[in-house]
Amino acid sequence: MSLQRFILKRGLITIPLLIGVSIMTFGMIHFIPGDPVDFITQFADLDPEVEDEIRSQYGLDQPVYIQYFNWMSDAIILDFGNAITTNRTVGAEIGDRLPYTLLMGSMAFLVTVVTAIPLGIYAAYHRNTRIDQVSRVFALLGVALPNFWLGLILILLFSSYLGLFPVLPPTGEGLLSWDMIRYTILPAVTIGTGATALMMRLMRSSMVEELDKDYVRTARAKGLPEKTVIRKHVVRNSLISVVTVAAIQVAFIISGSVVVEVVFSYPGIGRLLVERVQTRDFPVIQALVLIIGVFVIFANMLADIIYAYLDPRIRY
Amino acid sequence: MSTKSQQSQTNRGRIRIEGFDAEAVEKRDPLSAWQPELETKEAKSRTYYAWRRFKRNRLALFGAVIVTAMVLLTVFARPWGLPEWIPYLGGATVQPFSLAAQDPATQDILVGYQPPTVEHLLNWPPSTLHIFGTDWAGRDLFARTIYGGRYSLSIGFIAVGVALLVGVPLGSIAGYYGGYVDEFIMRIVDMLYAFPFIVLAIAVITILGRGYWEIVLALIVVGWLSYARIIRGEILSVKQNEYVTAAKALGARDRSIIIKHIMPNAMAPVIVQATLSVGTVVLTAAALGFLGLGLSPATAEWGVMLNVEQDSMARGNWWAGLFPGLALFFFVMAINLIGDGVRDAFDPQGDKKGSGGFR
Repeated sequence: MSLQRFILKRGLITIPLLIGVSIMTFGMIHFIPGDPVDFITQFADLDPEVEDEIRSQYGLDQPVYIQYFNWMSDAIILDFGNAITTNRTVGAEIGDRLPYTLLMGSMAFLVTVVTAIPLGIYAAYHRNTRIDQVSRVFALLGVALPNFWLGLILILLFSSYLGLFPVLPPTGEGLLSWDMIRYTILPAVTIGTGATALMMRLMRSSMVEELDKDYVRTARAKGLPEKTVIRKHVVRNSLISVVTVAAIQVAFIISGSVVVEVVFSYPGIGRLLVERVQTRDFPVIQALVLIIGVFVIFANMLADIIYAYLDPRIRY
Repeated sequence: MSTKSQQSQTNRGRIRIEGFDAEAVEKRDPLSAWQPELETKEAKSRTYYAWRRFKRNRLALFGAVIVTAMVLLTVFARPWGLPEWIPYLGGATVQPFSLAAQDPATQDILVGYQPPTVEHLLNWPPSTLHIFGTDWAGRDLFARTIYGGRYSLSIGFIAVGVALLVGVPLGSIAGYYGGYVDEFIMRIVDMLYAFPFIVLAIAVITILGRGYWEIVLALIVVGWLSYARIIRGEILSVKQNEYVTAAKALGARDRSIIIKHIMPNAMAPVIVQATLSVGTVVLTAAALGFLGLGLSPATAEWGVMLNVEQDSMARGNWWAGLFPGLALFFFVMAINLIGDGVRDAFDPQGDKKGSGGFR
């Protein structure tokens, strides 16, 4: 199967998944006990006529499947209506916050890749020695550390005691200003710790597997320097499975950002989600849940495509 | 040597069945309901050897000791009574011991100071009077920390237990029957899998509202997916075995084939995943508490305590958040050690991908 056909097939599988996720997100508001109008009006006492007016304004008097199609056709062009609590459009609310989360997420991703891959290679090369044991213990600690607690400890150490980083996010600064990037370092490290622990062990086990293969012995037997064997042969092949996991790590980083953004009062979509769950602002919650779900689906699809590109065997 | 003795006992060319006393069957009264007792050697040995390997794994035993100690600490933290609504026995004490000197909700005022002021014991650093210090309201942090384990630990064990009861049957049905049933169940799992763990839990909390059982239910909704997926994959490979075909040919019912023949051979990875996910579930429950989406702010739950104390911590009161976080950390670490041990015990040759139960 050519790569194009594989991509096409993988894309077609994604479509029912996307529809299912959108139905689930839409259905959320209908699972909530009580009348949706009460949530829109924040439980104000209203005349029945006014209630009916709101009902028709939001299309709630129509059958559910028509409501779904209306909601979905708006959602495709990223129009999620107005937020209940602020009266701004949901698109604007999320648009304000999304770049910050993307900045933090990509920095966390960078931290993970830059630390996890070399450490994993190092541990695999020295497998079953003291070095490997130490890396195993660190992976164990990194996975078990609650990320919100790690964030609080880092704030205490680096911001309160040492004063290296500001305690509160800078206001009025641009996204890519030095102040903002500096403030983002601690949250990125906080998320990156758990992700690094996972990826480091994966890199190690993937490379240990490759080291035992015949072509490594052949390469060594024909007299290649050890450096070349490791760099050109072993690492390249063992990176294949790690690259796909790196794409799947997106879900892990999103999970982390929801919690860590609250710890650091970071102006991203994770904190927006938590704030709006507390004030029951359903249009914003629905939009965020849908965006996150779609994002993760596409990340998984990308992972599969990269894998198929790197390792043509799995296309069949 | 053994072949010689066997040949002397059985006719040549016959298959000799071990652990089955053919003579006893031949000699029994044909009208009685008596059945020969079969030696279940194979079924016993699997868990038996797994347990033996587990016992030799020191790290896993260390984890088991920590978890046991924490469970005992939470159980004996404060006296335990039956709820009032139970007739006759309501209010009776079940467990009279109390490891924590203070009640986790009591605000301590230092008496003896002239004049006694409340400020004296607010945000008090660790001392002999309060070994973990006191929080912003003067409550003993040691009492709150060990009492708080009751919420986190019980949420973890209950949610994982019920999620197993949901996920394992659904996954087994999907894997065994295949076809439309499989498609239907697995597509639902795929869709829910598109949402990261905590985002899905938050979405369920949005629908249900806050509270203890609401959190448990949210974590069950999130948790059953991985069990269903794993057991389905295992069953797809196990059901290809000849003994399953043999059981079918003998006319065994689907239910008994699944429960007696397939499940025992497919459960090991699920048990490993379930052990590891106790840690994930406890972490997620604490994270929900920390985000203010869990129990009420006055509750002595670890995540909630960290949420309430985070400003105090940023001001330098390190003890306020250190101990609940440490408790959480040790519990999750111990669970991961046990999980790794269980994995090694069931699958000694398997590669050790230290996933820690995360996805």
